[in-house]
Order: sequence, then C-alpha cells, then structure tokens
Amino acid sequence: MFKVEDIRKDFPILSRKVNDKPLVYFDNAATSQTPKQVIDTIVDYYSNYNANIHRGVHTLSQEATDLYEQARHKIQAHFNAKFSHEIIFTSGTTHSINLVANGFSSILKKEDEIIVSALEHHSNIVPWQMLCERTGATLKVIPMNQEGELVISEFDKILSEKTKLVFVNHVSNALGTINPIEYLIEKTHQFGAAILIDGAQSCPHIKPDLQALNVDFYVTSAHKICGPTGVGMLYGKEEWLKKLPPYQGGGEMIAEVTFEKTTYADLPHKFEAGTPNICGGIAFGAAIDYMNAIGFNTIASYENDLLEYATNELLKIDGLKIYGTSKHKTAVISFNLENIHPYDVGSILDKLGIAVRTGHHCAQPIMDYYKIPGTVRASFSFYNTKAEIDTLVNGVKKAKMMLS
Amino acid sequence: MTIENIQNEIIDEFSMFEDWEERYQYMIDLGKDLPLIDTQYKTDSNIIKGCQSKVWVHAEMTDGKLAFTADSDAIITKGIIAILIRVFSNQNPKDIIEANTDFIDKIGLKEHLSPTRANGLVSMIKQLKMYAVAYQTQLN
Repeated sequence: MFKVEDIRKDFPILSRKVNDKPLVYFDNAATSQTPKQVIDTIVDYYSNYNANIHRGVHTLSQEATDLYEQARHKIQAHFNAKFSHEIIFTSGTTHSINLVANGFSSILKKEDEIIVSALEHHSNIVPWQMLCERTGATLKVIPMNQEGELVISEFDKILSEKTKLVFVNHVSNALGTINPIEYLIEKTHQFGAAILIDGAQSCPHIKPDLQALNVDFYVTSAHKICGPTGVGMLYGKEEWLKKLPPYQGGGEMIAEVTFEKTTYADLPHKFEAGTPNICGGIAFGAAIDYMNAIGFNTIASYENDLLEYATNELLKIDGLKIYGTSKHKTAVISFNLENIHPYDVGSILDKLGIAVRTGHHCAQPIMDYYKIPGTVRASFSFYNTKAEIDTLVNGVKKAKMMLS
Repeated sequence: MTIENIQNEIIDEFSMFEDWEERYQYMIDLGKDLPLIDTQYKTDSNIIKGCQSKVWVHAEMTDGKLAFTADSDAIITKGIIAILIRVFSNQNPKDIIEANTDFIDKIGLKEHLSPTRANGLVSMIKQLKMYAVAYQTQLN
C-alpha cells in the first residue's frame, strides 16, 4: 500500500526548513530529491568499495567493478534493453545527446536533414544546430499548437527520404506534454531514419520498454529519477553504437595502443573513456531499485491525482493562466498570473519556503510561441502531498495580493 | 549627501520593517513608483540581459554628476533598481566607481544579488560603474 507519509520519511531533505518555513519542493522537473536508500549506497561505496574499476587485479577493484556492472544490468533490465552493453554510462542527458550528435557528424551529408521538435530544451537544440553547421545538413522543426502539443500532421509533411535523424523529448520539460513517441518512432523508421528519444522528463513517471518501442537511441539523467547528479545514460541499439565512432579518447576505451594505431575496445567501453563516475553509476542503480520497489503504476496514478487536484485549485485563482493544456501530461503545471512577471511570483513563493522554477526553463522557443518572458513551473513528485499543493495555492494568492 | 550617507539612511529605513513581507511590500511599492525611463532609451542596446528579468539602464552627465534612469519587466527587480538609483544618482563618477554595495546585504536583499537569480542586478551594478568609468575617463 502506497502511503505518502511513509515515503516522505525516506527523503531527509523534506524535513528541512527554508526561510523558516517547512520546505515545499515543487521543482522536481529540474532535479528530484534523493531517498536515504540512495544516499546510503553512496556512503557505503566510499566507505567500503572505493577503487578504480576494470583494471585492478586487487579485490577492492574487482568488487567495485562488480557493483558498477551490476548497476548497468539493473538499468538494462529496467529499460528493457536487449544487451547490457547497449547501456553507456555518461555524465547525463546533455552528454549523451552530444555523444550521438558527434557520432552523426561523420555520417551526415550536406543534403541530409535532422528533425527536432518545437518543445525541446536548449540542450536538445544546440547540439543539432552545431551538427548542422559542421555537416551542412538542414534542421527542421515540428511545430507546436496552443495546447502545447506537437502538430503531428506537420511532422508527417517534413519527414522524408532526406531525414536521417529525428530527435524528440518524451515529455516537455517546460509544459509536461507527453509526446506520442510510438507513432513518431514507427513513422521515422518507415523512412529509414534513426530516432533519439530524450527521457529526462518522462523517466521519473513512465517506465519505457525500449525493445517494444523499437527506438534507436534513448537518453536520460539519474538525478531526474531520485539518483545523484553527474551521471546518466545513453541507450543505443547495438548496430548503431557499433556504427558511431568513439566520442572521447582516453583510458578504458581502447583495446590496444601503439603510436602507429589504436584499436578501440568493445561496447560499452568504446564510449566510456577515462575513470567514470563509479559511485554515481552504482547509486543510479540503487535509485532504479527504489523507484521499482514503489512501482511506476502506483507513482503515475498518485501523481496524476496530484496534477488534477493542483490544476483545479490553481485555476480557481482569478487571472491565473496555465500553459500546456494537453490531455496527455505528466505532473507539471506551468502558469502565470495576469500582468505579473514570473520572477516576482517565484521570489515571493521562495520566501514562503516553496521551491518552484521560474523563467524560460531553457526552452525559449516555447516562451516565444506564447509571447511571454517565462512561466512559474510547479512540478510534482510521488513524495508531494495535497497539503503542499494547498500551501502553493495560498502562496500564489498571497503573491498576487502583494504584487497587484 | 554622500553615497555612504544615503546607504546608511536606507539601512535605517529597512531596520524598521519587522519581517520579509514588509520589506518586500516596500520594495514592490518602490518598484511601482519608479519614474519611467524615457522610451527612447528603452532600446535593445540599453538592455542588460539577465536570465529571467530584463533591465534597461540609461545614464546622463550634468555638471559633473551622473544621473541614471532604469526600468525592468519584473516589479521586485524595479524596486531594487529604485534603491540603486537613489544611492548612485547625482553623484560624481569617481565616488560611484569607489562605492561598495554591501548595504544590499544589510537590508536583507542579498538573495537578489546571487548569480542563480540571474535577474540582471549584478550586471546592473556593473553597468552603473561602467558608465561612471566611461564618464570619469572623459573628465580626465
């Protein structure tokens, strides 16, 4: 049985105060909080296992290597990848995306096209722009509509034989819209192109089956899913990962080195140059265990309940407008008060101990579409409560009163 | 009045507020009352781009004293601008260059100067001082 009061006990940070008020943490889309099970894993690693991996013959190194590779298997199982070597540890989503973009720079030709969506985070736009500058390829954009959804009929029009790569987030970080990735994947494959899905915003809410989705690449960060910062993953189908050249040179990614020629190591090590974030990888595995012990169906249904409650309560405030009104959303509410700057609202909420995100959420094209400087974004997690939402609603009312 | 005198006066005023709400309400009211910048100066070249709120600044020199006008799209930012203008306007460039801004900490608004707020205020203070440096160079 899911009891939020018990869940909250797992998260030490939730009992702290901010500006003398109990912390209400609604910035989960930026980073999730860390349960003590994951914190304990980190402490345990540095207390008992810390060693460099994959090369030492000594016991400590072997134990650390085993823990790290076990984590890779946990991640493989969770996302249902076919092989564990299809899971590449990276420093996070941005690193993963850059790794793929860099790989495609040796594949793309001048006449080729890449498609991205209008709902992307800057980290999902800039690497592709840089790739197009390097290769001369063209960047095409799937437009969005007033509800904050992708206009799929437009995607159908811009997709062609020239398309080599499609890049879409599963869930928009600024609005919470869940994109129809099943359709996008199938359609992309009809034209022989590859598709990369960014799962950074969806993975805390939706457990994807990568083989069933038949996606070519999938990326995410551990810190979105109750793990530590500075570690993430790239999933790539074996055939694609074999095709892409290595991203960085260094130790661990080589088979043999002479000054005449170096041969690269097999997957996954080909893409894991240097000493990785060993503890981070192991803690990523622990975070996946933690989430699965609660269960993703349980998490999704509880969070949907929070989303519905918060949407209804916030909309009772006069002059409050929600951006991103798709029926298919994760627990994210982006909103503004009429004639009030989101920065001002965020400043007042902070004084009340409520952590929200304000600004353009690194998704300026979306803000330009709505012609607004930014929004206030409240994003909920399974450890949040309706009582906290009441605190937010009262805080927004207070901000409105003070700022009008 | 010297810059330091004005800063002390502001610290005194703020010491009368009992909690953050009174402080913020005062700032918001200052923001609302901030004289409008002449629209001809509210141009892209006068904009200081912060991540979240925009700040425009214009400077003019009369009889060896610098006067500033400014604006922002966020009201709390405008309130802080009003305070900065009160401190730095109608002063000679040399004093502006040498002035410190520790008083912001003393009136409990330190968080607005944190780079994570990215509200353009740190850049604004820099910009005020840059104007002062530019005009000081002219005087020399």
